[in-house]
Amino acid sequence: MSYVIEGSTGPWELVIGLEVHAQVVSRAKLFSGASATFGGEPNSHVSLVDAAFPGMLPVINAECVAQAVRTGLGLDARINLVSRFDRKNYFYADLPPGYQISQFTHPIVGSGKVDIELADGTRREIGVTRLHLEQDAGKSVHDQDPTRSFIDLNRAGVALMEIVSEPDMRSPEEAGAYVRKLRMIMRYLGTCDGNMEEGSLRADVNVSVRKAGEPFRTRCEIKNVNSIRFVMQAIEVEARRQVEIWESGGVVDQETRLFDPHRGETRSMRSKEDAHDYRYFPDPDLLPLVLEQGWVDSLRSALPELPDAKRARFVAEYGIPDYDSSVLVAEQATAEFYETVARGRDGRLASNWVVGELFAALNRTGKTISTSPVTAEALGGLLDLIKDGTINGRIAKDVFEVMVETGEAADAIVERKGLRQVVDTGAIDSAIESVLAANADKLAEYRSGKEKLFVFFVGQTMKAMKGKGNPALINERLAHLLKAD
Amino acid sequence: MSLDAATIRRIARLARLGVGEAEIERLQTELGHIIGWVEQLGELDLDGVEPIAGVGHAALRLRADEVTDGDRVEAVLSNAPGRAGPFYAVPKVVE
Repeated sequence: MSYVIEGSTGPWELVIGLEVHAQVVSRAKLFSGASATFGGEPNSHVSLVDAAFPGMLPVINAECVAQAVRTGLGLDARINLVSRFDRKNYFYADLPPGYQISQFTHPIVGSGKVDIELADGTRREIGVTRLHLEQDAGKSVHDQDPTRSFIDLNRAGVALMEIVSEPDMRSPEEAGAYVRKLRMIMRYLGTCDGNMEEGSLRADVNVSVRKAGEPFRTRCEIKNVNSIRFVMQAIEVEARRQVEIWESGGVVDQETRLFDPHRGETRSMRSKEDAHDYRYFPDPDLLPLVLEQGWVDSLRSALPELPDAKRARFVAEYGIPDYDSSVLVAEQATAEFYETVARGRDGRLASNWVVGELFAALNRTGKTISTSPVTAEALGGLLDLIKDGTINGRIAKDVFEVMVETGEAADAIVERKGLRQVVDTGAIDSAIESVLAANADKLAEYRSGKEKLFVFFVGQTMKAMKGKGNPALINERLAHLLKAD
Repeated sequence: MSLDAATIRRIARLARLGVGEAEIERLQTELGHIIGWVEQLGELDLDGVEPIAGVGHAALRLRADEVTDGDRVEAVLSNAPGRAGPFYAVPKVVE
């Protein structure tokens, strides 16, 4: 089912393209030796290069280049062995040189793709046009003084990857899925931490609307949207605005807009009317960036397993449903946890416990997978006790709760509390006999045809055995005894 | 190639230069000369010649990813036209 906006003249289709700015994970900045770490005292992570003192020259950080190449490989993209840096000229107080060093005509990474999946299971391929390296700007603080803005250059010069998509998305949901998938891939690669609160991932959203089968109409660009939810909201709000303009006989102007989440509207950035005239030219301070194919190959061979490959492997290797696998690979730490539990054990049982009991316990205690009160090894130990018949599944849940509270090992809890499963048929028989004796009326009903009561007898027997009976044996002995009587 | 007055005004605005009306005609002539001089390059036959970004033939030198600079707030702010504590302070630039 395709997404449309119903206007007074009929349905309108959306055309969406995204420019995602992803902060590169590195110790130092793209062209200086100052720290790229978030935060710090204002202007303490700043070199004279970042502050654009006269005569200072940029020298490129090899790791930032490697991170861009890794990301390109993760997007199945062409790596350009020769790329170049250009100056993008504009004036703003948090951009001391008056230009941003970026890559305009010769980016380091060419076309690639991102596979997305929607809530209804539909899969689509979204084209990536290019990825290039550029510098971040500084931060302006406007609310500390009535007449002045304060500037902190800690972020100025930190490496960003700008990842430009094709105009391939057709709904807010697809755009959300694209950003999520991109973030997941970069987190797996360790090239961007994807932390949107700290601004490590921001998106410029291009939106236009059209009638089915038409060529593209004029688009608007919504700048600097900093959460996936806002990306989706901004697209819908902007598309509705454009539909209203077209339907009332107007014309959409190509312009840059801002999304205001409080008012739920986009606004024109009129003051930037000249902003698109960036007068790019090759940066004379920087020679072309030339990579060796062998170096690119060595980065490729060192890439970690990516989410889609891992998801398919979990299904094939551990026999779990595709949906469960997608939940397990969403975070790398969860996937690792699962695999430690599942290796050499029943993969389905492990998946049920991680996705079910463990996730519930983490939610309840406000912990994450990396601060889990129960380690993967400890959970594995519990599953071993289920598998070898020491405890049954119901008791295992009680044991797990104690593990969450105390951090004790499963076998220690079972021993201390005497929770070992009863497999002695004599003990089970006598428990069943006393249950039948105490429920003579129910027994009579059962004999007159109310066979559903079988489950009642199993429950009562389990209760009499304080939950420690082996369920399979209870069923087996109960059937036997009822027949024998 | 000659530049019209509107182009001169636009270039001046992009460069944040205040150019009075009286100066425009002079700038038209001067910038026209500069462009004319550079345009001589157009006479060269460059078929099959790779574009270059600089006159050197070497490729870019790369630096190790190590923090070697920073923690020099006083030096960084030493030429600032205005400051407020550890910040640069500039006339308000909010949208």
